[in-house]
Amino acid sequence: MPIHEKSLIRPENLIEQEELVIDGIDVSGHWSTFIKPRAVTDYNETMQDEIEALAGAENINRCWQCGSCTNACTVNALNPDFNPRYWIYLIRLGMEEELLIDKDIIWQCVSCNKCTYACPRDVNPEGVMKATAHWLELKGHTEKKPSMIFDEEFSQQIFDTGKIEDGLVLRKFFAKTGQKLTQSWLVTMVVGLIRRLPITMLTRMGLSIVFRPRTRGWGKARDAINEYVHEKEAENRKNLGLDTTENGQ
Amino acid sequence: MSGKYKEVAYYPGCALEGTAQSYDRSTKALGKALGLKTVELDNWNCCGAMEVKNIDPKIQTYLSARNLSIAEDMGFDTVMAPCNGCYHNLKKAEYDLENDTSSKEVNERLSSKAGHKTYEPGKVETIHALDWIKQSVGEEGLKEKVKNSLEGLKIANYYGCMYTRPRHIFPEKDKGEGSESTLKPHFMDDLLEAAGAENVEYPLKTACCGGAHALSDSDTSTRLVLNLIETAEACGADVIATECPTCHTGLEMHQIRAEKVLGRKTNVKILYFTQLLGLAMGLSPKAVGVHENFSDAMPLLKEKGLA
Repeated sequence: MPIHEKSLIRPENLIEQEELVIDGIDVSGHWSTFIKPRAVTDYNETMQDEIEALAGAENINRCWQCGSCTNACTVNALNPDFNPRYWIYLIRLGMEEELLIDKDIIWQCVSCNKCTYACPRDVNPEGVMKATAHWLELKGHTEKKPSMIFDEEFSQQIFDTGKIEDGLVLRKFFAKTGQKLTQSWLVTMVVGLIRRLPITMLTRMGLSIVFRPRTRGWGKARDAINEYVHEKEAENRKNLGLDTTENGQ
Repeated sequence: MSGKYKEVAYYPGCALEGTAQSYDRSTKALGKALGLKTVELDNWNCCGAMEVKNIDPKIQTYLSARNLSIAEDMGFDTVMAPCNGCYHNLKKAEYDLENDTSSKEVNERLSSKAGHKTYEPGKVETIHALDWIKQSVGEEGLKEKVKNSLEGLKIANYYGCMYTRPRHIFPEKDKGEGSESTLKPHFMDDLLEAAGAENVEYPLKTACCGGAHALSDSDTSTRLVLNLIETAEACGADVIATECPTCHTGLEMHQIRAEKVLGRKTNVKILYFTQLLGLAMGLSPKAVGVHENFSDAMPLLKEKGLA
């Protein structure tokens, strides 16, 4: 039988017989397209609990599958494979293999919160995306993604000094991800500004290297935050059944 | 509404000390020109922007709570933040401390270990720079003070994500006439119109610029920004007015990147709403930091008689 909505089915799950005659009737090609039958037996029964235990995904069990999140999603408009509703569905059913097909794009959520705004059930899909990306990394399904490298670099600067110096964030992030500071667009940006603002710009760049902005008397806050972060990390790893002594403990 | 917010605590945040110095300069200059007093929060810390929450949201709550407790110690009941990220995080902290027991506990723990007073929700109101101008001076007040009308300047007003979403952290919005709308915000439109500008009908007021991943997923951000810019141009805008340093820098940066990487050149200029209002109040382009923007708006401002 012909399948008119082929775009809804992954190509690898479609079977088309080039030459097939059944009871003397030629049903080749278009008239003989099947969806590959499959039986799912490898449900991951702990996946939902594990993701739910991470910050942001606390309300995943409230989802009604209405699809408002995907409908509102900024990234979905650029890439139809980016589908929060579907991932929430897979997580709730424990279909890990299926979820892993998209493991390298889940981190791309831009946190615009359009999903959270649209969700009628307070699921906080944005938080679910972050928790899922975090889960994928902790479980070793993905390497550390650029956004996580950026988040960690940025956060550590705040934890250490109370403030951020954006030039330093950029330089360190580019160094860690192997990007050049001489990319044409970046050079054009800086050169344009230097041409209009030579002294201020150079002084600012120079000063920011010597005097990093910092909050005075931040030491005690720094220690309290770092202590809490380490506790949380250990707790997250424990919830996921991972060794809590790893990861710089 | 006028009469409120004549004197507020000012929380500039890290961006306004870094890439967005022109926003800091123009906010202060505009306040002065309008007779509003701002006192900078003493020894403030970063709000955690969009990053710390991905490490742990409760630390982000603490970071904002510390700033709010400083405002309280300084005797202020209002703190004004021009940055959407700072504004959003202060609002979110207020909401979480009110509604989430575990956020409250973590805040108590970190505040006491850090050795300062624990902030209790309800003590300090957080407002955006838009609320500040709109509700202290208002459109009528602005009209009286316009020295150099923005007449002839077509503006697309861009608010971004963090000013309106998620809805629950902004209980004062969507309350009918006089309040801000989370679906179709208009405070910036109202103020710029009062200064003589012509606002174009811009459908992407609250669309996302990809700011959270401006560097970590540049291709996505470039595509989002290019869409924002090309739509603004299609709507007839000369300028995109911004009220967030992350959006502003993201638009400037990815406008250049779109040209270099995708070969798509666009001409719309990007200016903070405080710069535009400052120019209308008769301040010089230098006084509102036009020269500090990456997007060079001087030729346009000269053409329109604003410089």
